Amino acid sequence: MKERLLLKNETIPIIPSHVRFEYNEVRKEWVLLAPERALYPDPIAIEVLKKCDGKISIQLIGEDLAKKYKAPVEKIIKDIITMLQDLADKGFLKKC
Amino acid sequence: MLKELKAPLAILAELSHRCPLSCAYCSNPIELVEKNKELDTNDWLRVIDEAADLGVHQIHFSGGEPTVRKDLEQMVEHAHKRKLYTNLITSAVLLTRERLEKLKKLGLEHVQVSFQDSERENANHIGNFKGGHEKKLEVAKWVRELGMPLTINAVMHRQNLQNLGNMIKMSVDLDADRLEVANVQYYGWALKNRAAFMPTKDQLESSMEIVEKARKDLKGILVIDYVLPDYYAKRPKSCMGGWGRQFLNISPEGKVLPCHAAETIKSFKFDNVKDKSLSWIWENSEPFNKFRGTDWMPSPCKTCDRREIDWGGCRCQALALTGDVGAVDPTCEFSPLHEKIFGSATEESSHEAPEFIYRLPSNQEVEPVKK
Repeated sequence: MKERLLLKNETIPIIPSHVRFEYNEVRKEWVLLAPERALYPDPIAIEVLKKCDGKISIQLIGEDLAKKYKAPVEKIIKDIITMLQDLADKGFLKKC
Repeated sequence: MLKELKAPLAILAELSHRCPLSCAYCSNPIELVEKNKELDTNDWLRVIDEAADLGVHQIHFSGGEPTVRKDLEQMVEHAHKRKLYTNLITSAVLLTRERLEKLKKLGLEHVQVSFQDSERENANHIGNFKGGHEKKLEVAKWVRELGMPLTINAVMHRQNLQNLGNMIKMSVDLDADRLEVANVQYYGWALKNRAAFMPTKDQLESSMEIVEKARKDLKGILVIDYVLPDYYAKRPKSCMGGWGRQFLNISPEGKVLPCHAAETIKSFKFDNVKDKSLSWIWENSEPFNKFRGTDWMPSPCKTCDRREIDWGGCRCQALALTGDVGAVDPTCEFSPLHEKIFGSATEESSHEAPEFIYRLPSNQEVEPVKK
């Protein structure tokens, strides 16, 4: 049996192959597509999801965004984990 | 292009009404579309183009049984090329591993397999198809071996709700990503068998407990979708996410419907993809506009704070249970008929379940198969 993925700072998140994160040219919006589900991420979530490419850890994603928005890194990472954990539980995200 | 109206998110492409199973709860219309009236390959490919041009995200290939169409491969390939997310909703009994593999290569992204029960004998009795359950298990395994995400669709009712826990376990064992627990909807053929399927209130209460516990225990392992059966609900379901709001359904002969049961509304004339473009139909078709939004709503829906959550519930159900397609969905506790509906469900489920009336491709009723 598979196990629940629990995200930590060092986790390297990736969008699995059966989930599509893309910009729909006709609708002019970003969408996360999974079986029978479509989610419309907000601008912050879009930025985070763009970085879920299987190359960098949540820690690094958080540091990047903390620099960009001049916000405390711990708080940013906490928010990212909360958001991504919810996506992982729905099957929208896995670890690399 | 559409201006104020948003394009549909998904289309349900009912490729054919033909199906090797004859589930007594089949929600397809009593009058099935015959093979020679089905849309041809070019029609479907054009519809796929029109859907992509509209900005549709997902296409669900369904039926009947969509794999009876030999041109399914062409449709999947084309939909994938046009960047639609492709989903196959299948009974699985006709699939070979080679065909599944080919469909995957052509761009199939998700497979949903229906199961009639977790118990072989009862499953095959409900679907009236010998060997069906065994084949489904096999196909579900292939789906995962080929690395595709798997949804198990379990239609639950009085005669299998006792196995809900096993159904959840089966889904985990099959390494499914998602389990859709669908309570029987009494449209089309299913209405003939309502008394055989209507669950008891006790069954429902225990099934909700089972689902809630499993959701907690299986968080991050299995997503479970579960909707309370209408007849026991206090508020109506937001049918199709609102009439003409997010989905459209294309029947095997090309009629464009707001939901797959909409043809039960005989007063409507539905436009056909052979005559009009999908975009024109979505925007202008009379049946779509009739119950779109909130302006059409009767009181008390019109002022209800859930009017943009429930969107007035289900029109087909309102018609079937009240005779008035524009009436308050009687599954809502604010409908004057709510008590009566609840009473009829309790009453029906208190008697011994009658034998099934199976549907056959010929539309003729047949003697039930004894267990």
